[in-house]
Amino acid sequence: MSSQSWASLSNQCIYAAMFVYTLVMIAFAYDLAFIGRRGGTKSRSELVSVGGHSAVGAHQTSGELSVAIPAGVGADDPSVRTRVGNIGHSLFILGFGLQAIGVLSRGLAASRAPWGNMYEFSITASLSVVGIYLLLNRKFGLRWMGIFVVIPVLLALGLAVTVLYVDAGQLVPALRSFWLLIHVSAAMISFGLFTTSAIVSTLYFIKSAYEKTGKPSRTGFLDRVPSAGALDNLGYRLVAFVFPLWTFAVIAGAIWAENAWGRYWGWDPKETWAFITWVIYAGYLHARVTVGWKGRKSAIIALVGYSSLIFNFIGVNIWLPGLHSYSGLS
Amino acid sequence: MGVIGWVRWSWRQLTSMRVALILLFLLALASIPGSLFPQRGINPGRVSGYLELHPALGPWLDRAGLFDVYTSPWFASVYLLLFVSLIGCVLPRLRKHYKGLRALPPPAPSRLGQLPDHRQLVSPDVPLSPTAYLDIAGKELKARGFRVRRDADYVSAEKGYLRESGNLIFHAALVFILIGVGTGSLFGYRGNVLVREGQGFSNTLTQYDSFKPGRLFDPSQLQPFSFDLKNFSVSFETVGKQRGAPREFFADVSYKRAPNSASSTDRIQVNKPLGIDGSKIFLVGWGYAPRITVRDGKGNVVVKDSIAFLPRDGNFTSAGVIKAPDAKPQQLGIQAIFLPTTKIDPKRGPISLFPAAVTPGLFMSAWVGDLGLNSGRPQSIYKLDTTKMNKIGIEALAPGQTWKLPKGAGTVTFDGVAQFATFSIAHDPGSPIALVAAVTAIGGLVLSMFTRRRRMWVRARVDESGRTVVDVAGLARTENADIEAELDSLVAVISGKKD
Ligand code: HEM
Repeated sequence: MSSQSWASLSNQCIYAAMFVYTLVMIAFAYDLAFIGRRGGTKSRSELVSVGGHSAVGAHQTSGELSVAIPAGVGADDPSVRTRVGNIGHSLFILGFGLQAIGVLSRGLAASRAPWGNMYEFSITASLSVVGIYLLLNRKFGLRWMGIFVVIPVLLALGLAVTVLYVDAGQLVPALRSFWLLIHVSAAMISFGLFTTSAIVSTLYFIKSAYEKTGKPSRTGFLDRVPSAGALDNLGYRLVAFVFPLWTFAVIAGAIWAENAWGRYWGWDPKETWAFITWVIYAGYLHARVTVGWKGRKSAIIALVGYSSLIFNFIGVNIWLPGLHSYSGLS
Repeated sequence: MGVIGWVRWSWRQLTSMRVALILLFLLALASIPGSLFPQRGINPGRVSGYLELHPALGPWLDRAGLFDVYTSPWFASVYLLLFVSLIGCVLPRLRKHYKGLRALPPPAPSRLGQLPDHRQLVSPDVPLSPTAYLDIAGKELKARGFRVRRDADYVSAEKGYLRESGNLIFHAALVFILIGVGTGSLFGYRGNVLVREGQGFSNTLTQYDSFKPGRLFDPSQLQPFSFDLKNFSVSFETVGKQRGAPREFFADVSYKRAPNSASSTDRIQVNKPLGIDGSKIFLVGWGYAPRITVRDGKGNVVVKDSIAFLPRDGNFTSAGVIKAPDAKPQQLGIQAIFLPTTKIDPKRGPISLFPAAVTPGLFMSAWVGDLGLNSGRPQSIYKLDTTKMNKIGIEALAPGQTWKLPKGAGTVTFDGVAQFATFSIAHDPGSPIALVAAVTAIGGLVLSMFTRRRRMWVRARVDESGRTVVDVAGLARTENADIEAELDSLVAVISGKKD
């Protein structure tokens, strides 16, 4: 196949994936709005019967986890799996497949890894988010968070195809390197993990506010979300897991920079913000492990860390000029 | 409290977890302005531009160090305090951990039933004697890699010491990263040099266009290598939005490690520096160097060279100056614009449409008079001081053409187009330290984050009614410990349901 036809295959797949994700969003939204209450009431009462989550920041006791959330940390109680939800989930996997082909063929079109500009970056990073979600879902049962994954992914893809789009082209020489490949792969996977963690932290706020009111929720959706304590713990475990990977991504970037520019660290805006993100998440781990901050305080730090990550991936490319500017737009 | 009391108090504060946390967040905060304001260390030109644009605010920002954030005292004080705190924190932990590694786990709590993660087995589920179960549990926990303390009526076991080891390795490695970075900036150097095709460079201070030594750098440490730029090549994207973006460039050089060693050849590319004895030569930029011959009014050749022109835009519209101080009867100076792909735009005048040398053109204005080279003031080779000169004409040339200057001042011939490359030459003796430390840091981090630290206890006794009672309990010492599963499988082994 020619470069041209790979490129157009890529575009078609991305549009198809967006279409499928829209269906996913509708399915999940329907599931929440109309079916949630029926399925959810049960687990709510179970939660209440074991005392629920007593206070913000309380230590996670296993008694609560084992009753309310049978499968590990998540709350994907089989009794709240609905037909529409199942369809949504299957479509999600289909959409992921389509997007993966889209990203892959984009790479083949340009005969290089598909992250040479902001457009490619967006489609690849959002692919990573979906992939990480689907993987974690297998281990932790995170169906309840599907809608919070599909909406930002759709937004990112929408932005990518409308504002950020550039035709497939080659990379400027500085961006052609083995270490760059390693660096960006690690950064992309980290991005997916940080994003899931940030979604969990956001839901933590909603859930803990809801737990404080003690009233049943209108849609029953929140009943299907794990307890605030479990969310808090999951958010932490995701950060603890991704932090070494992010550290690796930063160091791989430094090795690449050394090869490309003769210095491994030059406080270029992109490097600076990667460092800031790293330090904030190190602070998050410290706050949790050494000072014992849990719940609200640590969720705030996690979200601040995530904002700096997002700023690095988006804001820095647009507003702060530097060696890394590769948005591909002029 | 006295001075000593006060010092002790400050030290305790500084090495406390809370202050470490505050310093970490301060470090993040302190790093931000350096990404928002232009930095001298990165791009001095943009700093001057900013100062010109903001004449009122700029000097204040400058005084606050906002254009040199990462070398400013306030930034240094944050990270130095953090590292003092880190060392003060790690050393005692190291001592404690060393002792802990060789000690037995602490005794079991007397009432395991009060722990949240607890199981109780009572005969007839456990028909054997208490000692038998303690034996089984002790053996099983050992097999699982626990450190086990066996007493008459309990087994106490702990696992996950590697978490603390990993954590200490990680924090110690951070210190070594800092040492590596510091070594590089004290003893290293970095310089830039522009080399035209056919010309060479030898590694001495005078040959550099710009040179940044570390504070403790000693010029006698410059390695005695040299290289010649044989050929420079560049290719461009020819279609699409990114038309004109460089696709590939490389410099072919021949080099010698020392003046009298054998010469070798290599190709320097972006991402592919040439390493010579711990120094690295990077290709960082390029431009055009038109080849020009100037004859003076008497017909003597006064200039015959390629002359580096500095690029002004993405299509390599380049500006340069030719000086002929030896021209008779009067000194000659030429200001010129070089266009690789020439187009005469009715509004904007001559511009270049593409960065490759497709239809090169040289647009010149010629001056005669005093070049001002004897005034003693250093002059840029890219600027013509025309205060004591007169303009005698302008002309455009294509390669091979000659311009006969008015008033018999001489001739200028545009012989052809050569290129130059700019190289950055860096020597960083700290980078191997930093690299090893960084890899160690990741290793320690992985060890620490993925080790689950937990304690397990088993107590066995015969109660008042003569039944055997076995209590099993666990305590997670990290958030990822999953104590439930561990407990269940241990209970399964003890009750003989699994082995
Ligand atoms: C450059 C500054 C520092 C950074 C980037 C940093 C980073 C980290 C990270 C990422 C962790 C969690 C990972 C792990 O457990 O291994 C951690 C844990 C920890 N840090 Fe730091 N740290 C710094 C300074 C300090 C200082 C100054 C102290 C002491 C006051 C300290 C004491 C600790 C302790 C006690 C833990 C928890 C160990 C555990 O129980 O797992 N750190 N640090």
